[in-house]
Amino acid sequence: MIQVQNLTKRFDDLVAVRDISFEVQRGEIFAFLGPNGAGKTTTVNMLTTLLAPTSGQIRIDGLDLVKQSNEVRKRFGIVFQDPSLDSELTALENLQLHCALYSVPREERAPRMERLLRLFELWERRKSYVKEFSGGMKRRLEIARCLLHTPKIIFLDEPTLGLDPQTRHQLWNQVRKLNSEDGVTLFLTTHYMEEAERVAHRIAVIDHGQIVALGTLDELKQRTGAETLEQAFLALTGATIREESASGKDRMRTVARLIRR
Amino acid sequence: MNCIYTLWIRQLRRYFRARSRILASIGQPLLYLLALGFGFGPIFQKAGQGSYIQFLASGVIGMTLLFTSVFSGMELIWDRQFGFLKETLVAPVPRILIMLGRTLGGATVALLQGLIVLAVCLVAGFRPVGLESIPMALIFMALIAIMFTAFGTAFASVISDFQGFQLVMNLLVMPIYFLSGAIYPLTNAPKLLAWIAAVDPLSYGVDGLRGVLTGVSHFSIATDLVVLVLLSAGFVALGGYLFSKVQV
Repeated sequence: MIQVQNLTKRFDDLVAVRDISFEVQRGEIFAFLGPNGAGKTTTVNMLTTLLAPTSGQIRIDGLDLVKQSNEVRKRFGIVFQDPSLDSELTALENLQLHCALYSVPREERAPRMERLLRLFELWERRKSYVKEFSGGMKRRLEIARCLLHTPKIIFLDEPTLGLDPQTRHQLWNQVRKLNSEDGVTLFLTTHYMEEAERVAHRIAVIDHGQIVALGTLDELKQRTGAETLEQAFLALTGATIREESASGKDRMRTVARLIRR
Repeated sequence: MNCIYTLWIRQLRRYFRARSRILASIGQPLLYLLALGFGFGPIFQKAGQGSYIQFLASGVIGMTLLFTSVFSGMELIWDRQFGFLKETLVAPVPRILIMLGRTLGGATVALLQGLIVLAVCLVAGFRPVGLESIPMALIFMALIAIMFTAFGTAFASVISDFQGFQLVMNLLVMPIYFLSGAIYPLTNAPKLLAWIAAVDPLSYGVDGLRGVLTGVSHFSIATDLVVLVLLSAGFVALGGYLFSKVQV
């Protein structure tokens, strides 16, 4: 479903992703783990056409990502690390906008929006402005939104960041159901090892822009002689704390977060 | 088409929901109209140039269009910071359509603001030559709005923070306004100033608007129209190109 070959992303003086290759099978739940600044989000951004690779090749559902980007875009849905809703619009308006951008057939829009809003328990609040929503509600709305165009692949970039245990639990149940019932391929990044442990079929660990391990949970544990994924992860990536270099963009994001409060 | 309409209506919704913004953006032109219009009015008249309000109205409308348009175009920076931009960038739609939808939406918002200020000018004593001048004035106003929204989009595509926005506002937009002949006549202006005004896009917008509304213009109305159409097309093309290169 996703084929990545010798993918590299170089920013001015920094190699964020260094010559990585991997494949994600159809119907698989694939977890992409790594410490801060390891290259997770950069990889997700390249896989979702937001960032042009410096070199290497990406194929999604057999299509070349660079040459057939619009065809590729129809096939995936993404929930970004930071919210990407228009907070001045209502929940319903955000979904309508998505339907228009993805050319969802007109007669299917209303029923799909209703089904998803009910599924994520937002139907009663559909006419509320998104700026009045809590973090968890925004997340649910974003997941509902990314399902509107029935994508074959869903990218989840740290989807449970800042969510309470209830919302988290519900989210992963939905995600597993999507995978088992509709056969949706899932590519996720997370910092919570137990989440990856619970849902992922295979796990890749990335550090300093390179994949340092890739396999099933058992394979990773065996390789490192660890008992849990967290121990395996620490064995693979070391226990030192990473300083994420704060670029202007990151600082701006912090400001944006402060304003949003 | 559907995508252009959707993004256009989005800008309008946001505009009508931010009532404080509507009020705030009328305040400044109103101040210019009051302070300059009534303050300099008597001197202007003594200098033999006629009624200053008649002259200034087009300039103040032009100013409103300039500021609102550039600001609307640069809302891209906000969308980038608050994340919504990504939602449109991963959508399976050619980037140029997204840019056109945004630009038309921003331009419509600016045009609405311009119309409000035109109404304020009428209340303040401004009298156009006739009702038949209004449709042509609308065309000029729309062109100014499209041109500067695309200009704002072009800049917002290459700069990504609020500091950059301030820089554009202070180092480009303010000079564009003050050196355009919006608040003083270019006829008899010192050579250097006339020369700068001749390369200032807003000069042609304000001059065309003034020509249509009051019958007095520095360049000719036909020149103004041709220059504005060409510049609008140029800025839309540039903005579209730069926007298509935006990465997150």
